[in-house]
Amino acid sequence: MADSALPTAPVPQLAQSVRDRSGVRRLRYYGEKLGGSLVSLFAVILTSFFLFRIIPGDPVRTMTHGRPVSIEQQEQLRRDFGLDKSLAEQFWTYLTGVLRFDLGESFQYNRPVTDLIGDRIWPTVLLVGTSVIVSAALGLWLGVRGAWNHGSLGDRVNTGVALTLWSVPSFWLGLILIVIFASGLGWFPTSGMESTGVEGWERIPDVAHHMVLPLVTLVAVVYAQYLMIMRSSLLDEMGSDYIVTARAKGLRDVIVRRRHAVPNALLPTVTLIFVNLGFVVFGAVLVETIFSWPGLGQLFYSGLSVPDLPLVQGLFILFSAAVILMNLVADLLYPVLDPRVRP
Amino acid sequence: MNGLVWARRRRTAARFWSQYRQNRAGVFGLVVLALFVLTALLAPVLTADNALSVTRPPGSPLQGPSADFLLGTDRSGRSMIDLIIWGSRVSLTVGFWATFISIAFGTLFGILAGHFGGWGSSLLMRVTDWFLVMPSLVLGVALAAVLGRSLTTIIVAIGVTSWPTTARLVRAQTLAVEARPYIERARALGGGHLHVMSNHVLPNVMPIVLAQTTLMVGSAILTESTFAFLGLGDPTTASWGATIQAARDVGAVSSRMWWYILPPGIAIVLVVLAFTLVGRAIEGVLNPKLRER
Repeated sequence: MADSALPTAPVPQLAQSVRDRSGVRRLRYYGEKLGGSLVSLFAVILTSFFLFRIIPGDPVRTMTHGRPVSIEQQEQLRRDFGLDKSLAEQFWTYLTGVLRFDLGESFQYNRPVTDLIGDRIWPTVLLVGTSVIVSAALGLWLGVRGAWNHGSLGDRVNTGVALTLWSVPSFWLGLILIVIFASGLGWFPTSGMESTGVEGWERIPDVAHHMVLPLVTLVAVVYAQYLMIMRSSLLDEMGSDYIVTARAKGLRDVIVRRRHAVPNALLPTVTLIFVNLGFVVFGAVLVETIFSWPGLGQLFYSGLSVPDLPLVQGLFILFSAAVILMNLVADLLYPVLDPRVRP
Repeated sequence: MNGLVWARRRRTAARFWSQYRQNRAGVFGLVVLALFVLTALLAPVLTADNALSVTRPPGSPLQGPSADFLLGTDRSGRSMIDLIIWGSRVSLTVGFWATFISIAFGTLFGILAGHFGGWGSSLLMRVTDWFLVMPSLVLGVALAAVLGRSLTTIIVAIGVTSWPTTARLVRAQTLAVEARPYIERARALGGGHLHVMSNHVLPNVMPIVLAQTTLMVGSAILTESTFAFLGLGDPTTASWGATIQAARDVGAVSSRMWWYILPPGIAIVLVVLAFTLVGRAIEGVLNPKLRER
C-alpha cells in the first residue's frame, strides 16, 4: 500500500512544473514578439528622421524649391521646423512629438498632420480592409482549387491569369477600367466616394457603388500572390504521408482537403497576407489617386509633388506603424491558428 | 586542368538549357525579352531623328491611329510607336541598374551574414528585418520625393529598398552550403574566409541569385513605371509610366483616347510578364520539386 502511494505524489508536481514552464515559454514568446515590434517601430521613427531631415540637407529649401518664397519666410519656416537648433535637440523634439502623436504641421494645408490623417483615415480603412478580405478569400479559394486539380486546364488558366495580373501596373488597370466601365458604358462613377445630396441609409449603397471599380483594381493586383502561395504550400502538403494515410483510411476527398491538407497549408499564406499589407497600402496610394478616393493614399500623393515633408513623413510613419502592428497581431494569432507554433 | 573545367561548365550549361527548353512559358518569355532588348538597342535606327522632339514633332497632337501613325500621336504630336520604342530603353535601363544595386547589396550582406555568424550576423539580419517590415514601396517613393526628380533617383530608391529579400535568400543558401563537408576540407587545407566565400560559397549561391535577379528586374520595371506615373521620374524622359501619366493629364481617360493609354500599359505587362516567366523557368530547372507545378 505504501508502495502504491509513493509514485502518485510527484505526478501532480511534475504536471504543475510543466504547466509553469509552458506558461513562462508562452510569456516569453509574446514578450519577444512585442519587443521585436517595438524595436521595428523605433527603427521606422529613426529611418524617418534620417530620411526627411538629414538626407534633404535643408528641408525648407527642398520644399520651397521653385516657389515664390521670400528669404524672411524661409527663415520663419526654418524656425518653425526647429532647424536652427542642434541635430540632437531636433531629434529629441521630433521623437517626443511622434510619441505624443504630434506629427507637425503640413506645409501645403497649414494644418496639423494628425488632423489631416483623422479626416482621411476611414475611407482608406474601408477600401484597404475590404480589398484584403476579398482578395484573401478569392486567392485562397482559387489556390486550393488549383493545387487540388493541379495540371488541369482550369489550374493552368488560373495560374496564367494570376501571373499576368501580377505584371499589370495597378494605376494602368484602374485607368482602363474607368475608360471602359465609367466614361464608356457609364455603369459606375468615374471618381470620388459619394454623390452629393445623398443622406442617411442611402449613403451605404451609394458608397458601395463608388467603391466597385477601386476595389476591383486593388483586388486584381493583390489576389494573385495569395493564390500562388496557397497553391504551392498546399502542393507541398499534398505529397505528405499523412495525406496518403487519410486517403488510405477511405476518407472522402472533400474531407481530406478540408480537414487535413488546407489547415496545414494555411499558415504560410496567412503570414504572407500580413507581411504584404505594405504592398496593399502602396496599391491604395495609386488606386485612391486614380479614382480620387478621399483617403490617406490620395493625401500621400498630394504631399509627394510639393514635397510636403511633414505630411509625407507623418504618413510614412503611420503606414509603417500600421503594417508593424498588423504583423504583431498576426504573430499573436498564429498559436491560436496552428498548434505547431504554440509555445 | 583548365580545359577540363571549361568542358564541365559547357556540359552543365547544355544540361541547363535542355531542361529550360521544356518549359514553354519560359521560352516564350525569353523570346519576348529578346525582342524588347533588340528594340531598345536599335531604337535610334527604328525611329526618325525628330521622333522625341517636342518642338519639331513629326505629327499633329492627339491624333487617332492612321496610316502614318499606326497607334496615333501623343499630346506633342509624337508617334506613340516611337514613344514605346524609346520607352523600352528607359525601362530596361532602370530595371537592370536597380536590380544590380539590389542584388549586389543583397548577395554581399547575405553571404557575410551566413558565413560569419555571431552577433554581427544577427545585427545584419535584424537590420534586414527592419527593412522587410517597412512598406518598401512607400519608403522608396518617399526617398525619391526627398532626393528630387531624376532617373538616378528612381534607380537608387528601388535598389536601396529591395535588397533585403535577396539578403535573406542568400543567407539561407550560404548556411546550407557551408554545412557541406567540402567547405570543411577547404578550411582544413588552409583556405581563409575570403577564399571560402568567393571560391566555394559564391558559385553555389549564384544559381539562386540568377533566378532572383530575373524576377527582380521585372518587379523593378513595374516599380519604375509606378514612380514615373506618380511624377517622381525625370520629366524629360519618355518612360512608359510617364507616358501614361501624360495621357491622364490631357484627359485621355474621359475622352476615351485608348491609343494613348493602352499601348504603354501593354508594353509594361509584356516585359514584366516575360521576366517573371523566365525567372520561374530558371527556378524550375534549379529546383526540380517546383517543376511539376
